[in-house]
Amino acid sequence: MSSSGLADRHVDFLVALRAAGVPVSLAEDVDAFAALSVLRWDDREVVRTAYAATVLKRQVHRPTFDALFDLYFPRLVGGGAMDAERSDRQDGPEAVAELRSRLLAALGAGDVDEQQRLAVEALGRLGAMPGRGTGLASWSAYTALRRLSPDDLIARIIAALLDDGRVEEEAARVAARRVGSFTAMVEAEARRRIAEEKGVDHVAEVTVRPSIDRLDFTAAKRADLEEMRREIYPLARRLASRLAREQHARRRGALDFRRTVRASLSSGGVPLVTHHRPRRPHRTELVVLCDVSGSVASFARFTLMLVFALREQFQAVRAFTFVDQVHEVTQLFAPRSMTGADPGDVLAELAASTEHAARWGRTNYGRAFTDFASSFPTAIGPKTSLLVLGDARSNYSDLALPVLGDLADRARHAHWLNPEHRRHWDTGDSAASAYSAVVPMTECRNLTQLGQFVHDLV
Amino acid sequence: MTAYLTGALEKPLLVEGPAGVGKTELAKAVSRATGADLVRLQCYEGLDEARALYEWNYKKQLLRIQAESAGSSWQETHDEIFTEEFLLTRPLLTAIRRDEATVLLVDEVDKTDVEVEGLLLEVLSDFQVTIPELGTVEAVRRPFVVLTSNATRELSEALKRRCLYLHLDYPSAEREREIVTRQVPDLDERIAEQLVATIGRLRDLDLKKSPSIAESVDWARTLLALEIKDLDTTAIDETLGVVLKHSSDQAKAVRELRLRA
Repeated sequence: MSSSGLADRHVDFLVALRAAGVPVSLAEDVDAFAALSVLRWDDREVVRTAYAATVLKRQVHRPTFDALFDLYFPRLVGGGAMDAERSDRQDGPEAVAELRSRLLAALGAGDVDEQQRLAVEALGRLGAMPGRGTGLASWSAYTALRRLSPDDLIARIIAALLDDGRVEEEAARVAARRVGSFTAMVEAEARRRIAEEKGVDHVAEVTVRPSIDRLDFTAAKRADLEEMRREIYPLARRLASRLAREQHARRRGALDFRRTVRASLSSGGVPLVTHHRPRRPHRTELVVLCDVSGSVASFARFTLMLVFALREQFQAVRAFTFVDQVHEVTQLFAPRSMTGADPGDVLAELAASTEHAARWGRTNYGRAFTDFASSFPTAIGPKTSLLVLGDARSNYSDLALPVLGDLADRARHAHWLNPEHRRHWDTGDSAASAYSAVVPMTECRNLTQLGQFVHDLV
Repeated sequence: MTAYLTGALEKPLLVEGPAGVGKTELAKAVSRATGADLVRLQCYEGLDEARALYEWNYKKQLLRIQAESAGSSWQETHDEIFTEEFLLTRPLLTAIRRDEATVLLVDEVDKTDVEVEGLLLEVLSDFQVTIPELGTVEAVRRPFVVLTSNATRELSEALKRRCLYLHLDYPSAEREREIVTRQVPDLDERIAEQLVATIGRLRDLDLKKSPSIAESVDWARTLLALEIKDLDTTAIDETLGVVLKHSSDQAKAVRELRLRA
């Protein structure tokens, strides 16, 4: 087997997976190889399934896995069979027009195979960046896509879908998704061609993105935010069930004599099983103060969503948002709207309420804390946990440290979550260390860290 | 395909996916296809060794001791009460001791406590169970093991390492139509087509809970029972409760699909 190079490729692939953050143990490595030896290799999807079954154990890693698999076990080599037969038709306006019309048909019909063929062809014909020597030539998905401009086709796809009897918003959504997936195909194709020129490992290092639960809030693109939002509820459910289980384990209180004796009657008066009284769970009140200025808004919203999804774990939850002025948003998460309303709507309302929180429009932590202390003096009591969310970037204004210190003293616990990487703290206008001297500050950059923090908080 | 690997490599199969995509059904299908018997262990919070693996029949042992005349020695009694006669086998042990082909289904493994996972490790990697009083019981014939999980919590790495992994998701429209017509053979071909298309459109919406295959099948049965011949917007609106079970989801579907004029 080693002479075929498969073993080397296999090991390289696993090394790349590990580098991209997918944990692959040695046992899984051996399993994957065993799986390959009982299967046929002539179908690429069979090989993919075999790897997915043995190596991949969490669905969040699937996109990373697929991207790397496409790199290490490419669909085809070079331009494929199409290159030879279509060499006469090269670049040019007619080529673009012809590709566009075929793309329109394929997107309108939702024909994935045809789209895949078109992605290969489009990149081969429109995305080549000739280099001066061998090995210097490269491929650009950007160039190919700009010249093909599938976004302009959206309107016509929508029209085609409307004829199919779909309603407008739905057609628009479907069209946008199909164009998006075609774009992704062209990008994957570009990665494959570049990998052929420059070596797989080089591309694997550069192009593969971290999985969604490890992606930084601040680095997330629009589509990633959508995906993260969908992750919030499953995350909350997982946390809730884990918390319930842990509390259950700790709940063994004093011996319940009556129940123990009753149970012993069925075993002839010998108490084989003891029964215990449940212990009363201890619940805290939570007050969340979050900075919703542009730079950290999405982070604040995710944290609020998560905290409110776990509301039954707390005695009460109150939420305040600020840019330079404090505004209470608890009512948006009222139980009625939580069970009834769609999470997307809640987020939109939350975004709309941001304007109440800004009078001058520049983040000012000092003013916000002073404002909070004077407007809601009773919000913080001895049973409350105070949670501040923000990047501590206060535009060089007064920090109002004594006010925050006073708030933290009155509260039972105080925490500060900072969505920035620790190495960016105290750079520029960040007052992270000044504030962390008053309130313990935790780095919270992605969903995993957020989940961990909320779990420890409860 | 992954199921074939499970058989070929003799490793347990861990199936994850949203509720109602047929994870449990997969195990049943394997047992039907291979003619093997299905042994099922339904997991729940608080499941322990005594209910998953084996238990001594204390009451019977107690009776035995009390029925014993004073004459016999302690040693004899001791040897007697820890024999097979007093052993209650639970699903895991049953599956291992069977001579015939067996499919062992460990359902909703994410609902159990972490300790039970530790218990499963020995069973799943070596197919053996150690009973202190009797010794180690090894599998006569390795069962085909399927574990299902709704991913409400992260399973331990040690457990995952020992299993093959399969993520089941919603099927393609074509596949779903096959499933629906197979399950509800009386359904009109055209209605099935409309139904699957509508389900696909509903899944495209950003809902709290997307309709599952089980719900499509339920919907097909409902339409059959109500003798609805054409799935138009009014018909969808009236029977929406079968597939969508959150009021916000229903409202959203009505709004987005323009079910009410």
